[in-house]
Amino acid sequence: MSSKEITGAEIFLECLKKEKVDTLFCYPGGVVLKIFDVLYGQKDLRIILPRHEQGGVHMADGYARSTGKVGVALVTSGPGATNVVTGLATAYMDSIPLVVFTGQVPTALIGNDAFQEADIVGITRPCTKYNFLVKDVKDIAQTIKEAFYIASTGRPGPVLIDLPRDVVTNKAEFHWPDHVDIRSYKPSVMGNKWQIKQAAEAIAKAKKPVAYIGGGVILSNAAAEVLEFAEITKIPVTHTLMGIGGFPGTHPLSLGMLGMHGTYYANMAIHNSDLIVAIGARFDDRVTGKVEGFAPEAKIVHIDVDPTSIRKNVRVDIPIVGDVRHVMVELNKELHHSKEPWDQIRKSWSKQIEAWREERPLTYEYADDVIKPQFVIEKLNEVTRGDAIIVTDVGQHQMWAAQYFKYDKPRDWLSSGGLGTMGYGFPAAIGAKVANPKRDVFCITGDGGIQMNVQELATAVENKIPVKVVILNNRYLGMVRQWQELFYQERYSSVDLGSTPDFVKLAEAYGAIGLRATKPSEVVAVLQEALKAKQTVFMDFVTARYEKVFPMVPAGASINEMIFGEEPKKEEKKLKAVK
Amino acid sequence: MKHIISVLVENKFGVLSRVSGLFSGRGFNIETISIGPTLDPTVSQMTIVTTGDERILEQILKQLNKLIDVIKVTDLAEKEYVEREMCLIKVNAPAEHRAEALRIADIFRARVVDSSQKSYTFQITGDEKKISAIIELLRPIGIKEIVRTGKVAITRE
Repeated sequence: MSSKEITGAEIFLECLKKEKVDTLFCYPGGVVLKIFDVLYGQKDLRIILPRHEQGGVHMADGYARSTGKVGVALVTSGPGATNVVTGLATAYMDSIPLVVFTGQVPTALIGNDAFQEADIVGITRPCTKYNFLVKDVKDIAQTIKEAFYIASTGRPGPVLIDLPRDVVTNKAEFHWPDHVDIRSYKPSVMGNKWQIKQAAEAIAKAKKPVAYIGGGVILSNAAAEVLEFAEITKIPVTHTLMGIGGFPGTHPLSLGMLGMHGTYYANMAIHNSDLIVAIGARFDDRVTGKVEGFAPEAKIVHIDVDPTSIRKNVRVDIPIVGDVRHVMVELNKELHHSKEPWDQIRKSWSKQIEAWREERPLTYEYADDVIKPQFVIEKLNEVTRGDAIIVTDVGQHQMWAAQYFKYDKPRDWLSSGGLGTMGYGFPAAIGAKVANPKRDVFCITGDGGIQMNVQELATAVENKIPVKVVILNNRYLGMVRQWQELFYQERYSSVDLGSTPDFVKLAEAYGAIGLRATKPSEVVAVLQEALKAKQTVFMDFVTARYEKVFPMVPAGASINEMIFGEEPKKEEKKLKAVK
Repeated sequence: MKHIISVLVENKFGVLSRVSGLFSGRGFNIETISIGPTLDPTVSQMTIVTTGDERILEQILKQLNKLIDVIKVTDLAEKEYVEREMCLIKVNAPAEHRAEALRIADIFRARVVDSSQKSYTFQITGDEKKISAIIELLRPIGIKEIVRTGKVAITRE
């Protein structure tokens, strides 16, 4: 045996160094002992031990979303591997680059129902961009190189690598490939020039255009190009849940979010538009409402790196397949040349949009005696001056966090949009804080969502990761309750969480800080104290139990058929309006 | 509408499962599928017969292209092509029917690949119409079993 030969586990570590991985979220177990032995005492790799493998993958996801880098996790075989499935599916739906390593039983035992064996490559095939089972120690380096390449290029996504025990204990020489060439994987980056020209002409001709941006703008780092595009053409911009931060929320051209819980003016603008420029968005059903009734008069330009997104849900007139940033650079060049009197062209459309804005702004009814959840978000926006990374769970709080916090930068908003994974928020916030130690990271969650991965409190405290957790506690699974109230005759089935745990004591039991506010007057003080704290903080905001998210497009309706909360009586209640 | 799609894929383990998983996961229909090696041992050829309207077909082609292991996808409906399928048919052939069975086989140029005192097994190759036709004619005699390969297709020069 040549002296240059090293074990598969050592090769694994060398590969991570070559890929410049600085943080590994990992949970040990039987078949990965050899790898953990190699990790022992590593100085240039930060090892974070979650308390559940699902938490670990969400942490890697939060790390990836907040930085744009590939998030990396490692778990053992069998249950360790099956516990990462939700995290992979979450990342897959939102196109987040991850490389997740799972241990596997030795190759000779695969298929024998060995202890802690699971066919994880089979299980995760539909929820990863690609996955590998490595059968020979000599293939480890090439596989890892390809995995990082696949995860981070084209439409990004999670990649899984299954490493049998003997593959990591066997020895081979380490050769790091200098480049990757996969003949069957060549994502289109540059958009078709002719199509881009067509799009520019359509934009110049349109009288009532809207730009509709999605997560692709964030993923391809195209926020600056989108801003330039909007400012050249004076086109109003609406964003999806995943597109938050892709365009400044405080910009006069911003319409806020569209779709099921979008603003009235965003949905009206889309519905009445004559041109939609979809940028890195995929016409999800939460955005389109009833597809047959979607933007009946609009021509559609669709820019997306993934050809399958185009014409999947809606008809498209001008498809442009390519990386959003590259395409926007080219499109902006075309538009700069055109010298249209944009202000003049957009005048009446802008006026119409302003009228919609005034007709129905985003509002809720403020109360003096009970904390309204929207009020907490508004105050958080004020206390942080909008400069924080906000990570959410899924449900009502997620929608309020999307509506009432103003995001001006990409990668400041992390949320499970596609899969809608409760339990995502807290661990993802931990991952984001690990990657951004100097930023304030707030997790906005509900009393339901926080209980789905609350064990990660131990991880945050142990590793001194000071994440600040805003729990909007209405002792309900609020979004489900809202649907039951509106569409199931108020038959509240399995949504009352009853006496939720005492979150202050719970935080303290883990060695974190627990704070509580029960009155609106206490909200700001609690947020400020949390902001100042150097430790992990749980803030228990006891909020109005029956508050609902509005506006709302009921399932199966068109997006112009919105329902609103009860009209607040202006003379009795102070009306809160957010522009 | 029926379409024949020719797919060149990496000859790796799990590829069939990726392709079939794509069809089942997205609710697309597979009528027949056949797979075999090509001149290049690292590449396999799949021929998939599927049905769906234009929008579904466009998605099938795009989704297949998106699979990492898929090298090339061709919708043969856009081209001139030849399609063939092979079918093995085992028919009841007691003394009174033997002559009739052979006569039908002869009309379709089917070959006898096995015979016993009570049965014949025919091998028939052709397009779908031809195979359906022989099955219909043999049915009254009594078909014990049929096995079909699924279609293979190749473009015309």
